[in-house]
Amino acid sequence: MSDQPLVRLENVRLAFGEKVILDGFNLAVEKKERLVVMGQSGSGKSTLLRLICGILKPTSGSVKFGYLEIPKLKRSLLNQLRKKVGMVYQYSALISSINVRDNLALPLEELTRKTPAEIDKLVDEKLDMVNMRESKTAMPAELSGGMKKRIGLARALMLEPELILYDEPSAGLDPVISSVIDELMIHVSEQTGATSVIVTHEMESAFRIASRMAMVYQGKVIEIGTPQEMRSSRNPVVVQFLSGDTHGPILEAAGQPPVEAEEEPAKPPRRKR
Amino acid sequence: MIHKIGSQTRLFLQTVGSVVWLLLSTISEMMENIARGRAPFRASSLFAQTDRAGVGSVPLTAMVSFFLGLTMAILTGYQLQRFGSERYVPGLVAVAFTRELGPLLTGIVIAARIGAAYTAELGTMTVSEEVEALETMGIGPMRFLVAPRVVAITFLMPCLSVVATVAALISTALVSWYNLNISFEYCRDLILESIMLKDVYTGIVKSLLFGLIIGLVSCYKGLAVVGGAAGVGSATTSSVVIAITTVIGMDTVANIILTNVLP
Repeated sequence: MSDQPLVRLENVRLAFGEKVILDGFNLAVEKKERLVVMGQSGSGKSTLLRLICGILKPTSGSVKFGYLEIPKLKRSLLNQLRKKVGMVYQYSALISSINVRDNLALPLEELTRKTPAEIDKLVDEKLDMVNMRESKTAMPAELSGGMKKRIGLARALMLEPELILYDEPSAGLDPVISSVIDELMIHVSEQTGATSVIVTHEMESAFRIASRMAMVYQGKVIEIGTPQEMRSSRNPVVVQFLSGDTHGPILEAAGQPPVEAEEEPAKPPRRKR
Repeated sequence: MIHKIGSQTRLFLQTVGSVVWLLLSTISEMMENIARGRAPFRASSLFAQTDRAGVGSVPLTAMVSFFLGLTMAILTGYQLQRFGSERYVPGLVAVAFTRELGPLLTGIVIAARIGAAYTAELGTMTVSEEVEALETMGIGPMRFLVAPRVVAITFLMPCLSVVATVAALISTALVSWYNLNISFEYCRDLILESIMLKDVYTGIVKSLLFGLIIGLVSCYKGLAVVGGAAGVGSATTSSVVIAITTVIGMDTVANIILTNVLP
């Protein structure tokens, strides 16, 4: 019983009108793992996170959190379940009209019966965890991209979730801050024991963080395994994606010709003075 | 042509349906919170919206109504003076503003000033995933964002409507005194003689209805934004147009009902 995956998606299909995003999608997220989901832009990675937290409902198939079928839950039960799930957004999604302290306190004030003193203590604790105590009274607009990501992570941790979903956590950050965020994710996962699902296409980050990796292509998981297994994969799509090569099945399937390296144009002859 | 009419009708019905759904969802989220033994929404949020929508709108509403009342009194006085009936001017303006122009003018001012702000604010929050983040945390966005705004604007509309009517009556009294030789005391008596209780409650019912419409339309358009900054811009324009058109349309419907069915 205890070996049951925390999240399981079975034969999921999701379509918006005629546009099919996921089709025959299967994935099991094991407890306490850090699963990196990678794939091209628009392949349905972020959609996957929204299915897990019940923002989107699949056209068909099953999305389970433990034994609970997420799309079939009533709103009140879904909101109870969402307390167990924290989400870190690509652009942080901090509430812009309130300061950092209030952003962090918001889920506790709205969903728990903790006293203001208890809330303040927890806010300080989580801010310390992400090394952002000094920004407690700052407004989101005053923070840099990396700082916002850290606050977003602290907010996701406020209700001590079992599962943390990260949507492109290092997108748009410089390599140093990106590494800081990666280390923070590893630290949080080890310290809290929470399961993490990280959507990214930053390969360096992905290999640094992952305990397992899944490659999404054309609405399906086409390869899943440890970082070592992914590196040694012979699947041409995975090989092309990891190498970043312009020749291979990814661009061919998209109907785009491979981009050839352009020859340097001949310099015009210098005019004589 | 038929296809265009059909698609426009479908769009209209879709919008009406969505606005009704928004109202029902908001009430349902509030009831769920009450059932959990908590307040339906944050009092601080309601007070902030009340201050913004109500107190902040007093100068504009008063100024617009003052000048419209002034113009109305001058023009009606100019016409009625020829028949020696200028003493009807204060009563005419008073009745017009109490049951019709006060709520309507306030509705138009509030739709432009507050409705647009609500749509832009919620639209930006939608685009930057703040609304989705609230939902992901299990905090109902309707209860947290829509309810305090709609409640504030609905219950402030009658107050602002009273402000608008008082401003128009002050300008009417000035015109009556200066142009028509009607003293302030006589003007006050003429106003009190002409206004009936049904004029007052008609104005209040209309104001409540207009406030509800403006609040719901502006919040719905904000939450339904797609397409980034451009989407926020077009949603804001569309919100103001729909809110003003609906307010004028509902005013006509209310007039037909109140004068024919409930005379």
